[in-house]
Amino acid sequence: MLPAELRELDRSVQSSYAESFAPALLDPGRVTPAAVAGPHGKAATKRYNVYRNNVTASLINALAAVFPATQRITGTDFFRAMARFHVRATPPVSPLLFEYGRDFPDFIERYEYAQSLPWLADVARIERAWLDAYHAADAEPLAPQAFAPIPPEHLGNTILLPHPAMRIVRSRYPAVTIFSANRGRDPFGQIEAADPEDALVTRPKLEVVVRHLPPGGAVFLTHLMSGEPLGAAASAALADSPSFDLPANIAGILAAGAFSDVKFGG
Amino acid sequence: MNDLVTYRATPASATSRFPAHPIAGLAGTSFKHEHLPAILDEGKQEGFFEVHAENYMGAGGPPHDALTRIRRDHPVSLHGVCMSIGGPQPIDKTHLARFKALVDRYEPTLVSEHLAWSTHDTTFFNDLLPLPYTQATLARVADHIDEVQVAIGRPILLENPSTYVVFPESTMSETGFIREIARRTGCGLLLDVSNVFVSATNHGYSPLAYLAAFPLDQVGEIHLAGHARQTDDEGDLLLIDSHDGPVADAVWKLYDLVIGRCGPMPTLIEWDSDIPDWPVLRAEAAAAQAILDRHARTFTQEKIRASR
Ligand SMILES: [Fe+2]
Repeated sequence: MLPAELRELDRSVQSSYAESFAPALLDPGRVTPAAVAGPHGKAATKRYNVYRNNVTASLINALAAVFPATQRITGTDFFRAMARFHVRATPPVSPLLFEYGRDFPDFIERYEYAQSLPWLADVARIERAWLDAYHAADAEPLAPQAFAPIPPEHLGNTILLPHPAMRIVRSRYPAVTIFSANRGRDPFGQIEAADPEDALVTRPKLEVVVRHLPPGGAVFLTHLMSGEPLGAAASAALADSPSFDLPANIAGILAAGAFSDVKFGG
Repeated sequence: MNDLVTYRATPASATSRFPAHPIAGLAGTSFKHEHLPAILDEGKQEGFFEVHAENYMGAGGPPHDALTRIRRDHPVSLHGVCMSIGGPQPIDKTHLARFKALVDRYEPTLVSEHLAWSTHDTTFFNDLLPLPYTQATLARVADHIDEVQVAIGRPILLENPSTYVVFPESTMSETGFIREIARRTGCGLLLDVSNVFVSATNHGYSPLAYLAAFPLDQVGEIHLAGHARQTDDEGDLLLIDSHDGPVADAVWKLYDLVIGRCGPMPTLIEWDSDIPDWPVLRAEAAAAQAILDRHARTFTQEKIRASR
């Protein structure tokens, strides 16, 4: 065969069955692909729809697995309808489904029918961070006494290395309280919280823990995560929240296992 | 009758992290995280566990901790679901590297993948999608399997699909296609008896005829699973490979027949949604084990007779 013919054959394989089969899987407006049929001259519409259903339902299930509290808040029917829109518009680009749904919180924020639940997107952001923490690399968190050997004059220049599982989610709503109330299976009472709540997500060993950060805590941690020294991060936190309590915040992040190493005097 | 063909367990060399548990003639179950406490409570199980490779491709955390505990005491089968071996586009190198890392880390006794595709362009469809059987797809699939086997340094078992449609452009039967793939690549086969039953019903052929044409001497593992019932456009029965319930009686009968022909094979009960409590799944595996043990006795007697 001539090289040109080989290339032609190659192209015909490339462009044939998958090209024909794939586009209608997530697009109910398209007709059954011409490449497929039923056996013995049977129709293929309901047969092809099995694949459509498998794909759509399994991807909705994947989102439900990442966002169980979000689903509990909205109810299953609402959630599945919302997820169906998202699955069709933004299907996964990786076979690792625990990576799926990164754009889902933003989608929820824009979703017409979720406008009456303005905090829902932030709850979903905490859930996405929870799963990232769950699958993050294992690392030993800093010991509670890690700061003890640091001479006081070096404390301001100390730099902390974030634990691989640590995530921060900021919210203008009581997202941590709502997340916690809906994550378990137990019934819960009326949620009284109304103040903004920032979340700290950590997994020092095997269990993911979501904490409500004190005032200035999120700013403090965000600056530390970007590699700024303790002094600069504390100043930024104080500028953000005059009630920022440095010793309490340091004790809090050590207890949470938010960092894995400390550098000073370099 | 062929010998009891399974892949050798990876030898427990000085570099091995885990013991080499034998898998020959054993029944096993899908490993589900929610069963871990019950399994650990009972201690070492008789059977093996199969895991979907993609669930263990995160960096760390509870999945790896659980698989490490399971692997210490049991044979493990690593079952890839998303390599897209049957697709027209090249194998995803990143995904193949992740797969190889798992094979190296957990030293699974069996490694398998599907004759199907799940990714097109950049979209991952999370389903096992069908392909036409032609000389062109045969060459492509064989290349993909070569690439996977070279990367991981060992042969894989390729699983026959369950399908709902046919491609008029196909020029070969599924069994002919699979036989030729095994011949060209040296891969073994994972015979999913439920898939045979589902596809045969859906396409109106005899599962016995399929099995008669299937290269049983290449089989290294069996799958059994539950299916659901729907209807096609003509109102005829259409079976769905749903993995959400017990194995059907007709499938158990086919399975008995297969084991009678190819000897006791590692046999997995696949149960992936509406997952029952551990004892239910364990009982389903025990039913498979009883069939395996019954045939094992016959096979041993035949061997003794043959050696006289
Ligand atoms: Fe299977």
